[in-house]
Amino acid sequence: MSAISVVNLTKRYGDHQALDGISLEVADGECVALLGPNGAGKTTATEILEGYRHADSGEARVLGVDPQNGDLAWRARLGIVLQTSRDLGDLTVREAVRHFARYYPSPRDPDEVIASVGLTEKTNARNDKLSGGQRRRLDVALGVIGSPDVLFLDEPTTGFDPEARREFWELIDALKAAGTTILLTTHYLEEAEHLAERVAVIASGRIIACDTPSKIGGRNSGEAIVSWVDEGGERSERTHSPTRLVNELASRFPGEIPDLTVRRPTLEDTYLALLDEHADNERNGAQS
Amino acid sequence: MSRTLRLGRARVGIELRQFFRDRESAVFNFALPMVLLVIFGSVFANQDMGGSGVTFAQYFLAGMIASGVLYTSFQNLAIAIPMEREDGTLKRLQGTPMPKASYFIGKIGMVFVAYIAQVLLLLVVGVLFFHINLPSTATQWFTFVWVSVLGLIACTLLGIAYSVVPRSGKGASALVAPVVLILQFTSGVFFIFTQLPQWMQTFASLFPLKWLTQAMRSVFLPDTAQALEATGTWELGKCALVLVIWTVVGFVLALRVFRWTPRGAG
Repeated sequence: MSAISVVNLTKRYGDHQALDGISLEVADGECVALLGPNGAGKTTATEILEGYRHADSGEARVLGVDPQNGDLAWRARLGIVLQTSRDLGDLTVREAVRHFARYYPSPRDPDEVIASVGLTEKTNARNDKLSGGQRRRLDVALGVIGSPDVLFLDEPTTGFDPEARREFWELIDALKAAGTTILLTTHYLEEAEHLAERVAVIASGRIIACDTPSKIGGRNSGEAIVSWVDEGGERSERTHSPTRLVNELASRFPGEIPDLTVRRPTLEDTYLALLDEHADNERNGAQS
Repeated sequence: MSRTLRLGRARVGIELRQFFRDRESAVFNFALPMVLLVIFGSVFANQDMGGSGVTFAQYFLAGMIASGVLYTSFQNLAIAIPMEREDGTLKRLQGTPMPKASYFIGKIGMVFVAYIAQVLLLLVVGVLFFHINLPSTATQWFTFVWVSVLGLIACTLLGIAYSVVPRSGKGASALVAPVVLILQFTSGVFFIFTQLPQWMQTFASLFPLKWLTQAMRSVFLPDTAQALEATGTWELGKCALVLVIWTVVGFVLALRVFRWTPRGAG
């Protein structure tokens, strides 16, 4: 059974179509990353699944339950890390984590969770004295304290330094190893690539691509990106035959080809290409 | 149900820590009556109230304890809840398996504990510095308890309902404090009620504070001071009736208008 199942979800705010028919299955124990620009509908979709918002139409199921009808026993199986928060400022890290542990039938050990998010040294610090990244780690700690079956992470590593992000990935890897289903939204492509089995790119309220990080947007098609510099400035070309292009360039330049690189597209290149393509389609669609 | 109560009790602890650690709330909702008692008590200390043989400090203590009901319940919640709505507290709680009733149990418990602590401090300050006489009869103490309980319940519910009025957490104080202040001035907290203009008396009689203050006077003032009251009696029956009506109104309003999310979300 899919832990999360979404069919044709729509949601409109005034004259803004936030979700325009989204369908997505997340298998038990799978981690799926939602990518997309701000305002694309990632948070709206996530919040419908968390039970915070009503969809206008379509069907959503989390652990087999419509989030609008989810009871407390259902809630106890979810972990939610919302986008931003400023609450709990007057409590210490330990007070907050211990308190939230009480809400769940089989919580993890609070001190262990605090350690796993790297806040042991801050355990007795007031939450309003934490840095942005530490504050975010507290959010993650509160999201996982109930040992959830399904974990929603909405831009969890905003404000993390690279080292903290690596540590966070280890924490999520451990949860994945324990069978937790994860729906992640993020702006960090390497994070999606590291953590997610599949990524879904959302734009204008629709999923425009959904595949494994290595295959999405035809990444596995053998296309390469060749870049160099000529009198016109920086140039770059996507091609299926990089060797031929490099040969061509070699004959054009007397010696070395200036600043030559040949590389396979990163997830970021692919992501940006997908969004460009989508924007072109929208424009053409609007014209016709 | 036992889970709801157990988590409600845990919430009381959390709420109290936050109440006392938040500087604004500790000063504004908790310490203010003590400060006012010290200031006004020192200025007017032994001034006789309307020839009744009651000192200003004694008269004012009753008013401050009645105000304390309003501060710790209505003002406290009507300011704190909009902030919690804005800073993500309520949203986070909604996403957990905490029963929503536990949240309200936490609020009510916090209000009661804060009020009891406040009254004790007011009495200590009053006795030590202003030679205030404590109630001497069991009946007076009994009145004190039921008026406090009923007043706290009514004003807690009204505070929960009023929490939808401020649109932002930041603006909440500005929309709540004046309500409390106007009620204090018109309800006979600072002045002898019957010496206020008639229209003001009529206005104040519609709201709980006038009745709370009057009932607290019945607790802390000698019966001879009844002469200063509008009807020459404490009117405890009418006080109970008004508080019960406001409890019902508060309950219905709180149920109908309370929001977990800011306006425009959802």
